[in-house]
Amino acid sequence: MSAAETTPQAVTLQAEGSVARRQAWSRTSRWLLLAATLLGLVVLLILGIDNAIVGIPSLDWDFLSNYPSRFAERAGIRSSILGSVWVLVFTVIFAIPVAVGAAVWMEEFAPQNAILTTVRLNIANLAGVPSIIYGILGLAVFVRLMELGPSILAGALTLALMILPMTVITSVEAINQVAPSIREGSLALGATRWQTVWNHVLPGAMPGILTGTILAVARAAGETAALIMIGAFTFIAFDPSLSFGGLLDSFTTLPIQVYNWTIRPQPEFRANAAAGIIVLMVAVIGLNALALVVRDRLRRN
Amino acid sequence: MSIRVRSTAPTDEGAREALRGKPAVEHRPSENVAKPEGELAFSISDLSLWYSGKQALTRVGLDIPLTKVTALIGPSGCGKSTLIRCLNRMNDLIPGVTIEGNVTYRNADIYGSDVDPVEVRRRIGMVFQKPNPFPKSIYDNVAFGARVNGFRGNLDDLVESSLKRAALWDEVKDDLKKSGLALSGGQQQRLCIARALANNPDVILMDEPCSALDPIATLKIEDLMRELATDYTIVVVTHNMQQAARVSDYTAFMLTDEEITGQLIEYAPTETMFTQPADQRTEDYISGRFG
Repeated sequence: MSAAETTPQAVTLQAEGSVARRQAWSRTSRWLLLAATLLGLVVLLILGIDNAIVGIPSLDWDFLSNYPSRFAERAGIRSSILGSVWVLVFTVIFAIPVAVGAAVWMEEFAPQNAILTTVRLNIANLAGVPSIIYGILGLAVFVRLMELGPSILAGALTLALMILPMTVITSVEAINQVAPSIREGSLALGATRWQTVWNHVLPGAMPGILTGTILAVARAAGETAALIMIGAFTFIAFDPSLSFGGLLDSFTTLPIQVYNWTIRPQPEFRANAAAGIIVLMVAVIGLNALALVVRDRLRRN
Repeated sequence: MSIRVRSTAPTDEGAREALRGKPAVEHRPSENVAKPEGELAFSISDLSLWYSGKQALTRVGLDIPLTKVTALIGPSGCGKSTLIRCLNRMNDLIPGVTIEGNVTYRNADIYGSDVDPVEVRRRIGMVFQKPNPFPKSIYDNVAFGARVNGFRGNLDDLVESSLKRAALWDEVKDDLKKSGLALSGGQQQRLCIARALANNPDVILMDEPCSALDPIATLKIEDLMRELATDYTIVVVTHNMQQAARVSDYTAFMLTDEEITGQLIEYAPTETMFTQPADQRTEDYISGRFG
């Protein structure tokens, strides 16, 4: 009896009652969340495998280097790859300086008032506008009004407009990530606002800006509707010429070519479309991977 | 005396108070404000400040002597950081700020209409509470101010002399290319002081420069302040009364009470302040009875 009095009563640390119930829910939620993640992955994987089975037999060097043809076995994506690259290069050239400029103005120079809040909200809305609307705008303004025709220039300008809101938003976020104390330190040393932006804010925001840019380019690379709307051709049997005049050449891009093949009745063209999709997927996944690498590399420095 | 009113007019503040049924408090500036001897660096009179209509300083007036250390003490929220940031126009950067009253630096109106805040900040350097070196090399941190201000001398010499004055040279001379962020907290703060010194300012404002540092690093910064006071005017905000007592020549005690935010209670030579405070509230604060 005396021993029982001196030793303290043993404590049970097993889960029971409320703790047990909460822990059970916590364990279940983990599996539910995993399932949510897998759902997206599995669907993508099935689509990818199905597509690969159809497409891989058509995928060879001839397919990459041939111009389109009305014979499925001779048709290739040379002009659409070159067209895509050319259009995207100019999309970036047009969109990025404007987007970064707008973001810097909004974050660093603009008076923070109700008008700016409205502008910000509307830029976010613009990012959600369907791409075909940008296509209609491009058709009316660039193709018709500015008489650029269904050219590389008109396509690049249209896509630049399309990715502009998205790029502005990611740039604004990247600029916001730069610590205010860095700005204060710079301004307190007698640097002007512009010197502060140029020397501290932009270098600090660069990883985020680049990531946003690459993701936006990946979106533009897959864009079909807007370019069909401005009248990009599907049958281009020449390379875009490397000159200013070449900017006014008509063009086609990978997604347009794929779209064109999918609406043909012959199964051979469907195989070509699948092969084109593989090329496009590899390019877009490559761009996304590049975005990750660039961001990590710049963050480390 | 010039009175400046910017952005939203604060004058309807009293009216709004009256509508809420609470009478606006008539604040009379403290009488326990000493006139420092010798030449003056700053002369502040009747300075009030509002952040988006919320008052942070109420009719503060004091003179800050040249090449001396002046400490601003008081509990959190008493307006001491706000006051020091008025001296190099850092408050301009906060949207919705309204400033009333007059601040002159060696007889020039800091808030005059022809005054460029960039020029003010070049002459009046600042060190912040949390060390904020740029994510660049030690060398580039020190050289930055000189570069943006179009310095045309030998940059290497400037970097060396600034780091020496900030008592950091011996610790970093072999790796000036190392990132400023790789230094310890105390070293980072001395780097920030070196950075400010490289601009060849007349005044260095320090906003709680030691609050993020350990006691040994704090001691180094305090020694540095005393040493720099031979050439520079130093204004330091501190939470730490012992620090004010150790380093400063003059001390200002500020307080926010139920009625008045950011008022100056007492301003005197540090020794007088800590031995014979004129105001009961000063005595309570420095003897640790509140705050």
